[in-house]
Amino acid sequence: MASKVLKTFTLKYLQVLDENGKCDARLMPKLSPRQLVELYGLMVLARRFDEKALSLQRQGRIGTYASVLGQEAAQVGAAFALRGSDWVFPTYRESALLIARNQPMARLLQYFGGDERGSIPPKGVNNFPIAIPVGTQGLHAVGAAIAATIQKKKTVAVGCLGDGASSEGDMNEAFNFAGVFKAPVIFLCQNNQWAISVPIKQQTAAETIAQKAIAFGFEGIRVDGNDVLAVYSATAAAVKKAYTGKGPTLIECYTYRLNNHTTSDDASKYRSEAEVAAWKKKDPVARMRKFLEGKKIWNMKKEEELLAKADRQVSAAAAEYEATPKADAGDIFRYQYEEMPGFLRQQMDDYKKLTEGN
Amino acid sequence: MNLVQAVNSGLKCAMADDEKVVVLGEDVGLDGGVFRACEGLLKQFGPKRVMDTPLAESGIIGVSAGMAVAGLKPVPEIQFSGFLYMALGQLINHVSRIRNRSRGAFTCPVIIRTPYGGGIRALEHHSESMEAIYVHTPGLKVVIPSSPYDAKGLLISAINGNDPVVFMEPSRLYRAIREEVPDGSYTIPLGKAKVVKEGNAVTVISWGSMLQQAKLALKHTDVDVELIDLRTLKPLDVEAIISSVKKTGRCIIVQEAPRTGGLASEIIALINEQALLSLKAPVSRVAGFDTAFPLYKLEDYYLPGTERIINAIEATVNY
Repeated sequence: MASKVLKTFTLKYLQVLDENGKCDARLMPKLSPRQLVELYGLMVLARRFDEKALSLQRQGRIGTYASVLGQEAAQVGAAFALRGSDWVFPTYRESALLIARNQPMARLLQYFGGDERGSIPPKGVNNFPIAIPVGTQGLHAVGAAIAATIQKKKTVAVGCLGDGASSEGDMNEAFNFAGVFKAPVIFLCQNNQWAISVPIKQQTAAETIAQKAIAFGFEGIRVDGNDVLAVYSATAAAVKKAYTGKGPTLIECYTYRLNNHTTSDDASKYRSEAEVAAWKKKDPVARMRKFLEGKKIWNMKKEEELLAKADRQVSAAAAEYEATPKADAGDIFRYQYEEMPGFLRQQMDDYKKLTEGN
Repeated sequence: MNLVQAVNSGLKCAMADDEKVVVLGEDVGLDGGVFRACEGLLKQFGPKRVMDTPLAESGIIGVSAGMAVAGLKPVPEIQFSGFLYMALGQLINHVSRIRNRSRGAFTCPVIIRTPYGGGIRALEHHSESMEAIYVHTPGLKVVIPSSPYDAKGLLISAINGNDPVVFMEPSRLYRAIREEVPDGSYTIPLGKAKVVKEGNAVTVISWGSMLQQAKLALKHTDVDVELIDLRTLKPLDVEAIISSVKKTGRCIIVQEAPRTGGLASEIIALINEQALLSLKAPVSRVAGFDTAFPLYKLEDYYLPGTERIINAIEATVNY
């Protein structure tokens, strides 16, 4: 008989840049000045895109949209550590991740503008269509990761989730399968502290989401999700681990959803302005800019050029989206099965006959 | 071979032919599946391709979806169809939609095998026939074999295709019938019904274990029945149904599933649309009841048997 402590756990937290853009040189990831500027540029581009998408939604030119405001570092930092051949299984709040993964912005608008063609990734880039049902995509990432080991491919799969999704059964099954199969998968959790109106303390009694990984037999880490360098660094380490057969990682990016849940939501109903204001001070984009300025690789002129370029890119994407003709009715039928079965062809033909008058 | 051996043989052929085919599920490895449909697969193909998984059905289907998207051909086994409901979210929200919602950029050929149906004195939740759920889901194909030979050929066809398939195996028939089944690979196309017996007086349409009940019923009646085994429930072989009904002018559909909203209702609607003026009698249904499937002592009350089938045949021809 015995009464003893069987297990204790420790959990790492990583922050490379503090809120004032000061960096801890010992923790600095190996990135060239050009790469640092690139990271910043992607965050700025994502933010400009987000503003444009919100504006297009207000004008009724796209449908419901989920803003990424405040979460750019978590998404860009992670994407920057991946290759196109790696998989990402994003949620509906992942514009910055997808932009950093070369998903054309016109297609992002196309998806939120109600057109499935917007989910088609660029050739050779494994961007899976976004998941609307919360927490369901983690399993797909695990499946793709197990497939990679069977196919002997050096590929990592990233399953995105938020704090709300960490409560879903599917997500917990995904963690469990990942642990058991030692799958080359990264769970990229953006804990933005609000699942629509439900705050994190009502989502889980656990102090962190990262520690949940430990129960499933793999490593979890919490990073400052508003620090693009910390997110990049943690993701790069998890990628290396996955590539070398050392299994999954759960990265909890501690961040904040500065905007409403979606354009159909009004967050002022359930959270205080003071809380939002406090998080605005931790802005991930401003923080990186201060860091670059401190390193003397950034100045006002470069900033202006960058903003102008981002605006041009976003405007061009919006114009391309608006110029894209609506697909024909056949588009909803054509891809349901590998070969269109007779009953479906009949339905399509009947509809076309009625509407096209031939 | 019996039906479960034929399924096993089909899996072995498909796995030998295509290294992308992998099997996963609860107890499919060392145990060979609780019905032994996966017997010997682990030994022959190794643990990378035959995976015992944690006990989580949604996980099995969701992981299969990811594998399929990444280029494998997963054939998950769900131990009993009553446990497949746990994975309905994955099946309806993802597996069935991926090809369409990505406009063909991604495909999701997951072939879900699961035993269904009553008559084996099983525990609660092991005996339902809920095929209509899957038939109703756009993007899925649904197959239910009624014989060992068909089971193998249909399974290999399902695996060879690139669409998700729910392959439901009548557990009551797993060991009930033996017939010649070739050891090698062969296919039976999906979407093609089989005329089991030609006749002119009335068309009887069925599938799975009810097909065998209908076959038994024929031994007890002199009516010249045309018996059709649907084999694939989606896509339905509309042509086979309509041409037979046009010939006989009468039709009965025998399903084990609950009566309301079942596949029989859809078949009647099709006959209505395409063969109404050929009908000499209302199309009737012999079906399970709209009740919870009873525990095994009472399951004979529930399961349509030869008596109810013969009764329907006689009522229809004497209408």
